[in-house]
Amino acid sequence: MPEVTQEKVLVVKNLTKQFGEGCEKCRKNPEVLIRNYCPHCQTIYATREVSFDLYRGEILGIVGESGSGKSTLVRTLYFDQEASAGEAFLNDYGEGRADILKVSSQQKRYLRDYLLGMVYQNPFLGLKMKFSALSNVAEKLIAAGGRHVGTMTQRAHDLLDVVTIEDYRRKDAPENFSGGMQQRVQIAKALSNNPPVLFLDEVTTGLDLSVQANVLDLIKEIQRDLGISMVIVSHDLGVIRMLADRTLVMLDGRVIETGLTDQILEDPQHPYTQKLVQSLL
Amino acid sequence: MKNAYNFAFFDEGSKKEIRRATLKAVAIPGYQVPFASREMPIARGWGTGGLQVTLSLINQGDVIKVIDQGTDESVNAVSIKNLIQKTTGVDSTIDTGKATVVQSRHRIPEEPLREEQIIVLQVPMPEPLRFVESSEYKTKRLHGDGEYSGAWLVLFEKIMKFGKMTGGAAHPVYVHDRYVMSPSPIPKYDNPRLDHSEGIQLFGAGREKKIYAIPPYTKVVSLAFDDYPFEVENQEGRVCHLCGATDVFFDELEDELTHEVYYQCNDSSYCLKRLNQGGGDNA
Amino acid sequence: MAYVAVKGGQEAIGESLKRLEYERLKKGRTIETRAIESGLQGLIDQVMSEASLYDEALAALAIKQAQGNPEEVVFLLRAFRSTLPRKYYSRTVESHEMALTRRISASFKDIPGGQILGASPDYSHRLIDFDLKREEADPFIPKRWLKAYLKEIEENEVWETPLKYPKVMDYLRREGLMATYEADETEPEDVTKEALKFPSKRSQRLQILTRGQTGAVTALGYASLRGYGSVHPTVGELRVGELPITIDPPFSEETGEEEAYYIGSIRVTEVESIIPRAVKTPSGDYEEELDLGYGICYGQNETKAIAMSILDRCLEEPGEAPTHDEEFVLYHVDSVEATGFISHLKLPHYVTFQSKLDSVRKTKKGGETQ
Repeated sequence: MPEVTQEKVLVVKNLTKQFGEGCEKCRKNPEVLIRNYCPHCQTIYATREVSFDLYRGEILGIVGESGSGKSTLVRTLYFDQEASAGEAFLNDYGEGRADILKVSSQQKRYLRDYLLGMVYQNPFLGLKMKFSALSNVAEKLIAAGGRHVGTMTQRAHDLLDVVTIEDYRRKDAPENFSGGMQQRVQIAKALSNNPPVLFLDEVTTGLDLSVQANVLDLIKEIQRDLGISMVIVSHDLGVIRMLADRTLVMLDGRVIETGLTDQILEDPQHPYTQKLVQSLL
Repeated sequence: MKNAYNFAFFDEGSKKEIRRATLKAVAIPGYQVPFASREMPIARGWGTGGLQVTLSLINQGDVIKVIDQGTDESVNAVSIKNLIQKTTGVDSTIDTGKATVVQSRHRIPEEPLREEQIIVLQVPMPEPLRFVESSEYKTKRLHGDGEYSGAWLVLFEKIMKFGKMTGGAAHPVYVHDRYVMSPSPIPKYDNPRLDHSEGIQLFGAGREKKIYAIPPYTKVVSLAFDDYPFEVENQEGRVCHLCGATDVFFDELEDELTHEVYYQCNDSSYCLKRLNQGGGDNA
Repeated sequence: MAYVAVKGGQEAIGESLKRLEYERLKKGRTIETRAIESGLQGLIDQVMSEASLYDEALAALAIKQAQGNPEEVVFLLRAFRSTLPRKYYSRTVESHEMALTRRISASFKDIPGGQILGASPDYSHRLIDFDLKREEADPFIPKRWLKAYLKEIEENEVWETPLKYPKVMDYLRREGLMATYEADETEPEDVTKEALKFPSKRSQRLQILTRGQTGAVTALGYASLRGYGSVHPTVGELRVGELPITIDPPFSEETGEEEAYYIGSIRVTEVESIIPRAVKTPSGDYEEELDLGYGICYGQNETKAIAMSILDRCLEEPGEAPTHDEEFVLYHVDSVEATGFISHLKLPHYVTFQSKLDSVRKTKKGGETQ
C-alpha cells in the first residue's frame, strides 16, 4: 500500500451548491430549511459549506443517502456543475494557490484534461458510446495535446490491460459492452492522463454483485499500484468500508461526521451515522 | 409587375450587412461569423452563401469566374455566373489569372491566387465539429474554448478502425493556430493551397448562415497526427490525357468501349490554358 | 487553332428551361392570375405564410410561374423578398383589434359573442363534387347561387360587418387561472436581418415558426401531441380575420395612434392554445396552472397555426423530446432551407466523391494499425 503522506493534493473550503436564488429567510436563518430545502423560495441547498482535504495517495470516502449532496459535490469539483460559493485548490495547479472553481472555462478544461479524472455511475456520461474503447481512452490524451497515435494507442492498450478488456474487443464501441465492461473502460479512460486526483461517483451502483466485486478490486489495485488520490462517493457503506481510508458522512448537503473509516464504523457519533452503521451489520 | 432589380440583386442595406460580417471574418481568421442569410433566386445548398458574399463585394470593374467541381461549364456554375452577370453586368472569364473574384464549389483552382484576387468558396456544412456535437450552442462554446479534441478524435477513431486516416473532402484545418475550420468540401489535394495563400479566401454558408475567411498569408495546417501525417488523394502515376499534366487533381474517366481508365485535369480551364500554351501531346 | 472551352453547360441550361416552358404551355391553356386569386385562396394563403410576404397578387403570379408547386412558389417569393429594402416598420398590431370572420373555441361551449363557424371545410364531407364540372359548362350556375345566397342574407338581416370580440383567454385571465405575464415591449429581433443565436428569444422562435413550411410545422406539432413531447393543448380560441396595419407618419416627430396611417389589412389565423402545466407553489406543493401556446400566420392556415401554438409552448419548456429542442425545431422547419439542401444532392459531387473513393481504395489495400 502506498504511503499516505501529509501532502494535501486537494483542499476544498466551504463549497456550496444551491439551486435557486435563496431568500432573506433561508440566507439569514438556515433553521427554516426543511432538510436542505427552503419552503419560502424553493431553493435547494445541494451542498452546504463542505470543507475537506485530500492527501496524496489516500482514498477518501463520501457516504450518504441519495439527495445528500455527495454526487453534486464531486460534480462541482469536476466542473460538470458550477459551484455557488466556496473555494478549491489543487496542489498541482497554480502552486496550490489558485481557486480552481473561479478560473476560466479554458482553464477548467485544462484541469479536466490534465489533472482530474472522473468515473460516473452512468457510463453514458463518461464515454462516447459509438467510438471504440481505444478511442475513448485516448480521448483525454488527445485533449491534453497528444498528437502521436502510436504512443496514445500504446497507453490505451496498457490501461485496457489493467482493466482487463480483451484485445479483440478494443476496437468495438462501448455501446455493445456489458455494464461492467463499460465501467472498466470508463476507469481506464479516467486514468489515461495519470491524474493526481480521481473522482468515482457510485461506480458500482447498478452492477451485479460479482461484477461489483471485480470493479472494487480493480480500484483497490489501481490505487495500490499507481498511488492516485481518490474521492469515492457511494451510498453503500460496504463499498466505503472496503476502499476508503477516511470517510465523510453527508446528510442534507452537510458533512455531519468525518474521520478514519474504521473509527466511524466502530464508534459512529451522529445518530444518522449510527443508523447507517447498524444497517450494515 | 416588371421590376428592375438593384445592382447585384440585393438592396444596399443587405449588402452592407453581409460586408460587415465578411470584414469581421477576415479580422478573425477561421472564425464562423453568423449573418442573416438572405433567400436567393437559387436554392439553399446550391451556393447561396458564396453567392451572397460575391454579390455583396462585387463592383462594376470586377471580372468574375465561377466554377463547380473544377469546371466553368458545370450547369450550376453557369447558372450562378448567369445570375451574377444578369444582376451586375460585370464581365466573366474562365481564365483564373484574369478573374478578380472566383466563386467556386468543391475546388481551388490549380493556378495559385495572386494578391489582388478573391476566392469565394461555397460551403454546405461550415461546422467542423458537427459530427461530434450536433448542438450549435455547444459547438460555439467548444470553439471559444479552443476545445477541438472531438475533431481529432474522429481522425483517431478512423485510424483505429481502418488503420489509416481515411475520410474524403472537407478535411479540417487549423487556421492561424487558433480556430479549427472546415475548408468546405474541397479535396484534401487542395488543402495545402489554403496555407499562406496570396489571395483572400472567403467562405459562405447560406443555409447555415455563416461567413468565414482566411486572410492572405495566413498559416493553415491540416489536422494530422505526428505518426500519421496528412496525405492528399493519390494522384501518382496519373497523366492528363489531354494536356499531359501530372501534378494536378484528376477526374477519373472510363473508356466506354475498352473500359480502360484514363485521367483528365479536373480544373478544365487550367487544362485548356496548358493546351493553348502548347503543353500536351495533342497540341 | 486554339483550343476553346466546351459550352455544354450553357446550352444544356437553355434547353432545359425551354422544356420547362413547353411543359407549362403545351396543353394550350394558361391560367390567369385573376383566376388564381379567386379560385386558389388556400394555396395563396399557404405560400404567403411560408414566404412571409403578404401580397396576394404577387403570390398569384408566382403560383402561375411555378405551375402551382408550393415549394417553388415560396422560393420565388422569398428571393423577391430579399431584394426589398425595409422602408417602414408598422406599429404594433394588437390582435384583439381583429375583424373576425371566424372564431371558435374548443374549451368552452358558450363564449360571449358565440362561436362563429365562418367559412370552413371542417364539417364538409370530403366527397369529390362532380357537379363542379357542370359550372364550367354553364357560367350561370355560380351566378345564380351567389344571387340566391345574397338575397338570403338580406332577408335574414345578417349583417356583413366585421365583428370584434374580446378574447376567450381574457376571461380565464380575469379568473386567475391563466399564467400572467407582463407585456414584453422589447423590440423583436428580425430573423431575416440578424442571425439566429442560441438560446433563442421568443420573438425569433415565433417568426421562424410562422414562416415554417406548413407540412413541417404540422408534422412536428403532431409529433409532440402524439407522444414526442409533453404538451397537451386545448384550443382556447382560433380566430380568422383581418388585422389593420398602421405606420407612424414618416419624417414626423408626432407618433401615436391618432397620427398613424392605415396602410391596409392582412388576413390572419390566430390560435391561442391552453396548455396545463404544473407549477410549484411557495408552500412547495404543486398546483396546475394554465399557460398559453401561441400560433399566428398569414391567411387561413388553421392546422399550421394550431401546430405552431403547440411548438411555441414546447420550446418554452424543457423536455426530453426533440420537439422541445430549439435547434432541432427551428433549424428544420423552413421550406427554402429544407428543400434547398435536399435538392442540392442533385448537384454533381464528383470531386468529393473522387476524394472518398481514394480513401476507400486506400483502406481496401489494407494497412492495419500496428
